Amino acid sequence: MGKTIAEKVLSSHSELDCSAGEIVIASVDFCMSQDGTSTMMIRELESLGFKSPKTTNGMTMVIDHNSPCPSVDVAKIHTRMRDFARANSIPLFDVGEGICHQLVPESGKVLPGDLVVGADSHTCTYGALNACSTGLGSTDVAAAAFTGKLWFKVPDTYSVIVNGKMPRRVGAKDLMLSVIGSVTADGATYKSVEFSGEAIDASSMDGRFTMANMAVEMGAKFCPFAFDSKTASWLSARGLGKGANVSCDPDAICEKKYDFDASDIVPKVAKPHAVDNVVDASTLKGTKIQQAFLGTCTNGRYSDLEAAARILKGKHINAGVRLIVAPASRAVLVEAIDGGVYAALLKAGATFVAPGCGPCVGTHAGIPGDGENVISTANRNFKGRMGNNKDVGIYLASPETVAASSLTGEITDPREVKE
Amino acid sequence: MRLSGIVHRFSPNDDINTDYIISGRYKFKIDDMNELAKHVMEDISPEFSGKVRNGDIIVAGRNFGCGSSREQAPRALKAAGVSAVIAKSYARIFYRSCFNVGLPLVECDTDWIKDGDIITVDLDTGEVADARTGQKTKAKPIPKTMQILLQDGGLIPHLRKHGDFALR
Ligand code: SF4
Repeated sequence: MGKTIAEKVLSSHSELDCSAGEIVIASVDFCMSQDGTSTMMIRELESLGFKSPKTTNGMTMVIDHNSPCPSVDVAKIHTRMRDFARANSIPLFDVGEGICHQLVPESGKVLPGDLVVGADSHTCTYGALNACSTGLGSTDVAAAAFTGKLWFKVPDTYSVIVNGKMPRRVGAKDLMLSVIGSVTADGATYKSVEFSGEAIDASSMDGRFTMANMAVEMGAKFCPFAFDSKTASWLSARGLGKGANVSCDPDAICEKKYDFDASDIVPKVAKPHAVDNVVDASTLKGTKIQQAFLGTCTNGRYSDLEAAARILKGKHINAGVRLIVAPASRAVLVEAIDGGVYAALLKAGATFVAPGCGPCVGTHAGIPGDGENVISTANRNFKGRMGNNKDVGIYLASPETVAASSLTGEITDPREVKE
Repeated sequence: MRLSGIVHRFSPNDDINTDYIISGRYKFKIDDMNELAKHVMEDISPEFSGKVRNGDIIVAGRNFGCGSSREQAPRALKAAGVSAVIAKSYARIFYRSCFNVGLPLVECDTDWIKDGDIITVDLDTGEVADARTGQKTKAKPIPKTMQILLQDGGLIPHLRKHGDFALR
């Protein structure tokens, strides 16, 4: 009987021939935590008498959610992380380096075929690299670091097939919002979601990172993409090895199949306050916005900034709009400076904040005012998510739609804006 | 193990996410779970933290605990005195984290349970009974792995006791 990617990765890491539904104890290759989840992990590790991580490739901690530090209380948390990292020789990415989900793959800590856990729900992002990675609570990550293993239920797999060609100014974010809109916010809970088809083969690695990142918004546990020449060149461009390269067998059992036609996809927006509340951007014409946000682990990569800059270059954002940009990492920011994207956005009226999560989770750097609407490239639009629950509406969209909307001051289908 | 407590229900009923359970506004700056407990459910029910008493039970619909992986959510609920959650289904990370910190989750139909009812749950048999109406239902059995974790008081006490995973 054939196996899915999830079944193969959990089999190789548990040294069992396992299939969906079984519970296995599997060895973990790498784990990580961020500044919102580290202190609980540290406390548990200290209580266990932790010395060094037993995970195959170690662990890392990232200061990204509140970076640079906004308050005395948070400073205590950051200090605790730095002290623990130093005392136990754990690599720590400090202020200004970027978002954990950009830094972990950039630093080569995840390779194809790996099993990775992180104390952050969007750890599923590394699925783009043909890995099985998933977000867990701080206690689970502490257990993984301490023992080098963790228990996993082998998930069933949903196969999402996307054939056809994506239209102009329609991208991975629009496709993923369409998928989440039809699968719903809990439609893939506990599942491993495997994408395939012509549009996935044609998708850039950045597009795959965007899609894997949002898999958790439909409840998914893993979102491993197939290994192909794009995966290979992404890795070799960073001087990284090829890893184990795992593929889904043609006769593997997938619990459900979804079919999408890429040529039908149009710019999409998830309306407040649910990620699966998805409509065509064009239907929201006339919805005024006061803030636009370009960044996050979903869409803060160079290609996202570049796509926005293509729309904004030589123009100026609407007088009633604040456009905040948070590059996903220092490397992304440097590339944006070198490629002219930084200057184009800055001249168009954008405000840059430090590489990191920025205003995504509502702790600093761009908290919206009462009653305002925000259009954002993030992955979540829960009530209060950006730090203010007083009638703030968060609309999720692609970098192109965010850029177009910041020009007009209202939600705008980017195909209506001339380059 | 049997639990009994007063029911709290919220609106929305489905998809109550971890941002609602404990907002990012607090989780990043407050490290003390008793302090954090003063803000549980604040964005959807500002009066909840003042009302909740030790042993109370939260009842909800589908996909309870979706969203962020913040373990502050189960820990703050526990610190607020919540003894169990009964819902139609749970998000994956939240589900694991609750058992890891020793907060039992019960999965069954919940439409029949009203706010303010007194509910008794038998974690071993899965029987959920309403003292007011006498109505009963059978919840999905709690998987063996989770039962072992609950008995040991959570994942870390489990590892301390056995030195390794002993979940079979
Ligand atoms: S950018 Fe937003 S979603 Fe991504 S890790 Fe940071 S807070 Fe979480």
